[in-house]
Amino acid sequence: MWEYTDKVKEHFLNPHNVGEIENPDGEAEVGSLACGDALKLTFKLDENKKIKEAKFKTFGCASAIATSSALTDIIKGMTLEEALKVSNQDIANYLGGLPQEKMHCSVMGKQALEKAIENYKGAPSTEPGAKIICECFGVTDKEIERAVRENNLSTIEDVTNYTKAGGGCGRCHDAIQQIIDTVRSEPKSSAQPQLTNIQKIRMIEETIEREIRPSLKHDGGDIDLIDVVGNRVIVATRGACAVCQASDITLKHFVEQRLKELVSPDITVEEASK
Amino acid sequence: MKTVYLDNNATTQVAKEVLESMLPYFSEYYGNPSSMHTFGGQVAQKIRVAREQVAALIGASPDEIIFTSCGTESDNAAIRSALAIRPDKKHIITSRVEHPAIRALCAHLATQGYRITELPVDKNGLLDLENLDKSLTPDTAIVSLMWGNNETGVIFPVEEAAAMAHEKGVLFHTDAVQSTGKIPIYLKNNAIDMLSISGHKLHAPKGIGVLYIRKGTKFSPFLIGGHQERERRGGTENTPSIVGLGKACELAAKNMDKENKEVKRLCDKLERELLKRIPQSRVNGDTANRLPNTTNISFEFVEGEAILLLMNEHGICASSGSACTSGSLQPSHVLRAMGVPFTMAHGSIRFSLSIYNTEAEIDFVIEKMPPIIERLRSMSPYWNTSQQTCKSQ
Repeated sequence: MWEYTDKVKEHFLNPHNVGEIENPDGEAEVGSLACGDALKLTFKLDENKKIKEAKFKTFGCASAIATSSALTDIIKGMTLEEALKVSNQDIANYLGGLPQEKMHCSVMGKQALEKAIENYKGAPSTEPGAKIICECFGVTDKEIERAVRENNLSTIEDVTNYTKAGGGCGRCHDAIQQIIDTVRSEPKSSAQPQLTNIQKIRMIEETIEREIRPSLKHDGGDIDLIDVVGNRVIVATRGACAVCQASDITLKHFVEQRLKELVSPDITVEEASK
Repeated sequence: MKTVYLDNNATTQVAKEVLESMLPYFSEYYGNPSSMHTFGGQVAQKIRVAREQVAALIGASPDEIIFTSCGTESDNAAIRSALAIRPDKKHIITSRVEHPAIRALCAHLATQGYRITELPVDKNGLLDLENLDKSLTPDTAIVSLMWGNNETGVIFPVEEAAAMAHEKGVLFHTDAVQSTGKIPIYLKNNAIDMLSISGHKLHAPKGIGVLYIRKGTKFSPFLIGGHQERERRGGTENTPSIVGLGKACELAAKNMDKENKEVKRLCDKLERELLKRIPQSRVNGDTANRLPNTTNISFEFVEGEAILLLMNEHGICASSGSACTSGSLQPSHVLRAMGVPFTMAHGSIRFSLSIYNTEAEIDFVIEKMPPIIERLRSMSPYWNTSQQTCKSQ
């Protein structure tokens, strides 16, 4: 039994925007029957070049159907520029998260969206110079590179969860490892995507929860996020941290360092006035 | 919501009679059967009865039965014993559709210097025994073929296969976890050396299994410890479960006729009606050589996990061989070995019945399935369009 959120179940049981738009402005089909999931996305623009209508048809599991439904909800009302900024993580977040093994469904949604926009613009639908790495699921090096970069993946298993690559015969595992190594050796700053405010706040929260709080709790301390103003992160220290002489150092050297590393190099951390 | 349980190849309900037979052995008769005093000794007495009940169901002698913790342990014990008693032999023959208890074990042994031959099956999941004959070599330590397939219910001709292996002096083991209690087994009349049974597939509890070892077959224990099971399986006996399994075997013998008439009738009805009411559906596996309680049906252009979750909304329990439910990204190894097209494999549903299913339940499922498939097909980009293939092909 997969652990689906209520939101995923809701979108699976009562999906929004099922169907196919006649004479769409943009359309795309990704995935295949053999691979176990496929998504056909169509959209229409209004006079202001905003997405007026978006519909999907999906063959696949509950999360494939739910992510398709979520995707169409998200992009409605967006300009194409805005829509292109929607990441697979945004789709997963919209649904309150997806099981790791199902993240490839969100990647499929993102791919369909990009392909449909390319289709509208009349751009070529395959990336130039892409080479198939995973023969079983027809995944290219470019697709793997992007998934690794955008989702900060570090293992072959991660890549399989996000792209399916390597989930079949396993012969491409060495090639996938090479791509992971190459991408991860890239300088961070150039790979850092521009974050929206919402994305940034969410990442800060996640980083505190996952990377920072467990260490502080280990020493009997804790931290609460109070506000985010631009790149200024305002926090309040709790527990042992609140009375600790060294809490300034903890904030600067540990909390700020982690946030700079994992969210954005421009972040500074301040303590809320007590 | 009422549960309609059609997933009996996964596990079964413990029979009421079985549970009742077990309860005193948790509380009142908690003695250790190995003890000298009467308090423990009377439990040993009861284990003897259970051993007789198990033996009676499969046409064996009580001293050929050893109790284990599950089917997987029995399978492991059988294969590892065969390898231990003939350390010079390094070849194992099995099939491409075995349960993971055999398949994963063989894959592991392949990394330890053993050579594994996996016999293929045809599109109906049937075995060609000529392939077995050709694969037997002086280096072969054991042949292990399942009796009834857990996913399709297809029955292998294990008795002929055992005779064939014996002719070449090779040991034969069968995983009879799915067939025990469903079809008649009479070991006195065949050449099978070892056979695995799992209690929870025939209305006994989980955590109890049996390994049958033909008298005279050399055996090297898997679990080494005390002198239990005549030193063939160490560990204090799981007395309540052994008593329960004995009772379950007695019931299975009694219900064998019902299983093969009534359960088969309901299973056939379900299959017939679904195929009739749902276009582009088909059965996976040979329907003539099949367990009476199992049907595996594929619904084209839809995906199994989605089907299961919609069935779940009606309280109907079954399983699927689709990629999303197999724990990997590829459909079930059984369906792939049979060459079931991907368009069909992803939408496969296994219904497995038991004697506790009623006609009303089957009618309910027959009524609920067509709209479920229809609903998913209406969302599928492949429905009403020409067939697509994977971009890598």
